[in-house]
Amino acid sequence: MSTTSLAQAAESGTPTTPEPTTPVAARRGRGAAGAFAMFRNAKSITGLAILGFFVLLAALGDVIAPYGPLDKDFDALKQPPSAAHWLGTTHMGEDVFSQIVLGTRGVLVVGFTAGLIATIIAVVVGVTAGYVGGWRSESLSALTNVFLVLPGLPLMIIVASQQENPSLLLVSAVLALTGWAWGGRVLRAQTLSLRNRDFVQAARANGEPLWRIITVEMLPNLTAIIASSFVGTVTAAVLGLTTLAFIGVIPITNLNWGTILYWAQQNGAFPDFWWWYVPAGLAIALLGTALSLVNFGIDEYVNPRLRSAGERARALRKKGLRATSAVTAVRPAARPAARAGTRADAAPAAGTADARPTSTPSPTEEPLP
Amino acid sequence: MTTVRFFARRAAFYLFTAWAAITINFFLPRMMKGDPVSAYMARNQGRISPEAAASLRTLFGLDSDRTLLQQYGDYWVLMLSGDLGRAFSKGLAPVTEVIAVALPWTIGLVGVATVLSFVIGTSLGALIGWNRGSRADVVVPVATFFSTVPYFWMGLIAIAFFSTTLGWFPASHAYDKGAVPALTLDFVGQVIRHGTLPALTIVLASLGGWVLGMRNMMITVLDEDYVTVAQAKGLSNRRVLTRYAARNAVLPQLSSFALALGFIVGGTLVMELVFSYPGVGKLLLDATAAKDYPLMQGLFLVITLTVLVANVLADVAYAVLDPRTRQTEA
Repeated sequence: MSTTSLAQAAESGTPTTPEPTTPVAARRGRGAAGAFAMFRNAKSITGLAILGFFVLLAALGDVIAPYGPLDKDFDALKQPPSAAHWLGTTHMGEDVFSQIVLGTRGVLVVGFTAGLIATIIAVVVGVTAGYVGGWRSESLSALTNVFLVLPGLPLMIIVASQQENPSLLLVSAVLALTGWAWGGRVLRAQTLSLRNRDFVQAARANGEPLWRIITVEMLPNLTAIIASSFVGTVTAAVLGLTTLAFIGVIPITNLNWGTILYWAQQNGAFPDFWWWYVPAGLAIALLGTALSLVNFGIDEYVNPRLRSAGERARALRKKGLRATSAVTAVRPAARPAARAGTRADAAPAAGTADARPTSTPSPTEEPLP
Repeated sequence: MTTVRFFARRAAFYLFTAWAAITINFFLPRMMKGDPVSAYMARNQGRISPEAAASLRTLFGLDSDRTLLQQYGDYWVLMLSGDLGRAFSKGLAPVTEVIAVALPWTIGLVGVATVLSFVIGTSLGALIGWNRGSRADVVVPVATFFSTVPYFWMGLIAIAFFSTTLGWFPASHAYDKGAVPALTLDFVGQVIRHGTLPALTIVLASLGGWVLGMRNMMITVLDEDYVTVAQAKGLSNRRVLTRYAARNAVLPQLSSFALALGFIVGGTLVMELVFSYPGVGKLLLDATAAKDYPLMQGLFLVITLTVLVANVLADVAYAVLDPRTRQTEA
């Protein structure tokens, strides 16, 4: 649900494009840097850093893992963590740490493939439905709705259980097919609102071809929503994959964090052998949290109020005011900065809170920490 | 006038979606490998004569001498008369009856949990949004963490800790072994004891979305002029919070809530698996394992239609509460 605010804004028809009223395309001078502005905040960077860590694990798994995932050591069955086995061993003496490291690849590959497929479908269907109008828009919108209504997990279970040995691509495709519709709906709403903006009208009046209007004028203004729907689908796909693996629908030969938990549960790891089942679950949660953080960052970029509200309130609190109080607070006398007559810092509401009190801008107040 | 047109268009939209969902449901078992009758015969090795198999095929509308179009027609006729076929894995009991037994358990447990989660999450989100920038902001990452934790893992740990180790709650099923469902105080107590742990885990897992959605809307709404005006009029904080800010911020939450109600039936498969709860999700998993196609099909239909009905409710609620939607659509 991390895309809620975006989705809600788009649903209610409020423009969710970055607040700057000039469209992104007009600031082309900044080049590619502008496209990554949405990731330039603490939350997104933290999320991307954790994500990068997992990508490294996936790429270098063979080097990092001390044992093979299925190497059996019958002298060390169900051992708690030790120097030889950092996260202990399974009932067959397999190294849990190695399984987690090597299972990262399965999770990330399926997650990103599913996210990519879903995003491509969502962009193609959503943007087209938003731009063309008329019955074509209606039918594409109806298609989106059908997929929105289809319950994902049951469908995945039914489809995946039909194959004796579903390939990773098939699993990703099924996850993508059940996950693209929400992004498509949000993109359609946003394209609808972009279509009638001045700069798009101007481009149309200039006789720009359709592909150029869509790719050059509109897509740059949709990047935040596309990125957020991509991240959202990857999160859902990771959870979906591990759940399917845990239920046992996905073949156990495909090593991922879900399979580890499947084996743990099948072999009575709960509740005593915590080292067997805790790390895999935490790894899934950590990856999910990282992806959500990236999305929070994008949300704050798209809706600057989310970003500034906390900062403004904290700044007020430093001055000894409360953002929530409607009534003028008398500054505590202890504060040296507060002059006797200054009680003008009434903060009628957060909206005007960061505006300086215009009545008495005392120089002593300027260097606030 | 526009309102009527708006509702008419939405109705057409949903009728189409329902048709598409039912059609997909029709093709689902036909795309699968092997037919259910062979699967059924394989399980009852030799105990079914070829004649019986043929009549079973007729019973399930799988006659090879009928065209796909005819089968499709038959499917609609049967479905409209409330006949969803018979479940192989449940001794050929009618699918509708099998589902009817499981449905109340799921709706009762997950329904209560969903309402609780919505109420707690939304109130919490409103308070966090109101006290923006305070320490309460910590709730957001914590709740997010719990919503990204795989549910089955959290459920298993909850069982390991609260039932196996502490012994506070029973680990599985909806009531004690050997108890007969009846409206007695004892039985109701059993149901509550068995339902507490699953309900708590569902609430914990789904809280994050409600908190975050409400907080973000509150922060956006609090910057609106009407909130400033309300405060300038000297209304009490409590009144501004509940009557002005939260009242407007809750609109998108309500439509998400209606959608969440739709996922009550199909969304908690994993919970029912982990807690062996005798609901719809467990039934679907069992049906999948037993390759009981009519039951799978019937369940999928029920699950899809619930989501659809919830979508209609969400739309109507939103259109009633927020007149702007009607205007922009028309």
